[in-house]
Amino acid sequence: MSNSKTIKVDYLARVEGEGALFIKIKDNELTDCKLKIFEPPRFFEAFLQGRPFTEAPDITARICGICPIAYIMSSIHAMERILGIQIGGQLRELRRLIYCGEWIESHVLHVFMLHAPDFLGYQDAIQLAGDKPELVKMALRLKKAGNEIVRLLGGREIHPINNKVGGFYKVPDKADFAPLLEELKWAKEASIEAVKVANSLECPDFDQDYEFVALHHPDEYPFNEGRLISNTGLDIDIMDYENHFEEIHVEHSNALQSVHKGHGNYFVGPLARYNLNYNQLSDLTKQVAVDIGYDRQVTNPFQSIVVRSLETVYAIDEAIRIIENYEKPKKPALDYEIKPGIGWGCTEAPRGILYHRYEIDKKGTIKTAKIVPPTAQNQSRIEEDLSNFIPKYMDLSDEDLTWKCEQAVRNYDPCISCATHFLKLNIERE
Amino acid sequence: MAQSILIIGVGSPYRCDDSVGLAILKQLRQHELSNVHLMERSGEGSDIMDIWQSYNHVVLVDAVQSGAKPGTIHRIDANAEKVLTDFFHYSTHAFGVAEAVEMARMLDQLPKHLVIYGIEGKDFEIGKDMSPEIHSAAELVTIEIIKEIKSIKEKESLYA
Repeated sequence: MSNSKTIKVDYLARVEGEGALFIKIKDNELTDCKLKIFEPPRFFEAFLQGRPFTEAPDITARICGICPIAYIMSSIHAMERILGIQIGGQLRELRRLIYCGEWIESHVLHVFMLHAPDFLGYQDAIQLAGDKPELVKMALRLKKAGNEIVRLLGGREIHPINNKVGGFYKVPDKADFAPLLEELKWAKEASIEAVKVANSLECPDFDQDYEFVALHHPDEYPFNEGRLISNTGLDIDIMDYENHFEEIHVEHSNALQSVHKGHGNYFVGPLARYNLNYNQLSDLTKQVAVDIGYDRQVTNPFQSIVVRSLETVYAIDEAIRIIENYEKPKKPALDYEIKPGIGWGCTEAPRGILYHRYEIDKKGTIKTAKIVPPTAQNQSRIEEDLSNFIPKYMDLSDEDLTWKCEQAVRNYDPCISCATHFLKLNIERE
Repeated sequence: MAQSILIIGVGSPYRCDDSVGLAILKQLRQHELSNVHLMERSGEGSDIMDIWQSYNHVVLVDAVQSGAKPGTIHRIDANAEKVLTDFFHYSTHAFGVAEAVEMARMLDQLPKHLVIYGIEGKDFEIGKDMSPEIHSAAELVTIEIIKEIKSIKEKESLYA
């Protein structure tokens, strides 16, 4: 018997930006599953052409309200590679510190305001706040500690303006960090509690075979620098990114889907970073991981909520380390001379690697720009997760199935605003 | 000293009619407004909940999409009425303005007086300029907000 019906569901809430998810079920079998993302950052790539190289950080920071630091950093590193300058010492540490701030903000927002309600059966974080106001207040205060780092180093917390090619416009005095340091000490304890909360959530049984791709640095958990590695043997300089990865235009989406040439889709973000860089985590983070049995490879994407919480502990611990060892650098930025060339920048946005490539001429004018956001890289992998996940839940009502799918999509914290702005969810049953 | 008033303009400068909140703040900056703080924001909800905490009087302006005619001006007294979470449909962030208002209400953290102006947008495509009908709505809302500020100051001095 053929059971035919079409259900239109409201837009997929609690995903940054909006796109569309289309699921087709025929005779109780999944026949189609497409994630549609409408807007690649092509406008920005075109907009950058003809502009001075110094403007790339501020312009690309506007692509996303949640991860401006990632855009600023990837563009700055690409430009510095062209100019042949290498930031070291305290300036490099300050760049790691501002990245800590962005991870804290973004991870806490996702874990508590967007993802935890799925696991607890709440429609949204407002309901969660009604039942567990103290938990939500703790999360808001934790997130604010991240905002404060970005505000102090970035000049303001939204679209920071203090970072530039070569360093910073201004650097803080050691004393400026005093109130923040106190708050971060509270935040460290709170983030450990947050890990326990995340670990108490019930996850569906859904281990998958993934290719994880992340930056890797021998001495530190990756933010700004490293080689690009994977669990299947990839180990490249980021200048070779486009030799190994390509963007394929898929019919159902204006966004381009990235694939690892000869391998297929891949997974970027907290799970990839964690599995490839566990040894580089701080002692405290490893101890918290051991306490909850997470000193292992994590291959269930639903457990990304726990890994995001562990990365929050790391970001706070790392921020404290940097602030405690801080000595104000003599100069806020390095001098350089403009020269033409091509440069690559790849940094670890909260959602995964963000790749930039620029070509500039001898006057420093941008000739070409290419930006590959993490969500575009995860998109094909999200579709495959859904294709494997939906058949287990076919008997659920459309409403409950939609909820499960949303939860599965949110495992990736897709920042679709980097690529698009609207997500509708359609389930069609025939 | 009189209490400062906070005016928040929400939007993305590159997303067509979504930039109307920022355009209104730009217009307000042309006027000499004492004891008024103007802040441009991207619309991330928890950030908004944070910045308005030390103010009694807050006016927030953002683009909305409710199905009304483009350029329609909605004025919401957030202390008196609920803000529907699908109202700010095109807010870039899913934990956006409406969620911020309702969560603050739930946690008893809503400013004493919160007025929201929503301007019905038509086009939210990236890389386009604001639609003409939104320009005229922006001018009207700027005038309304100036009146709003005047009325708040009058009331404040009455009770001072």
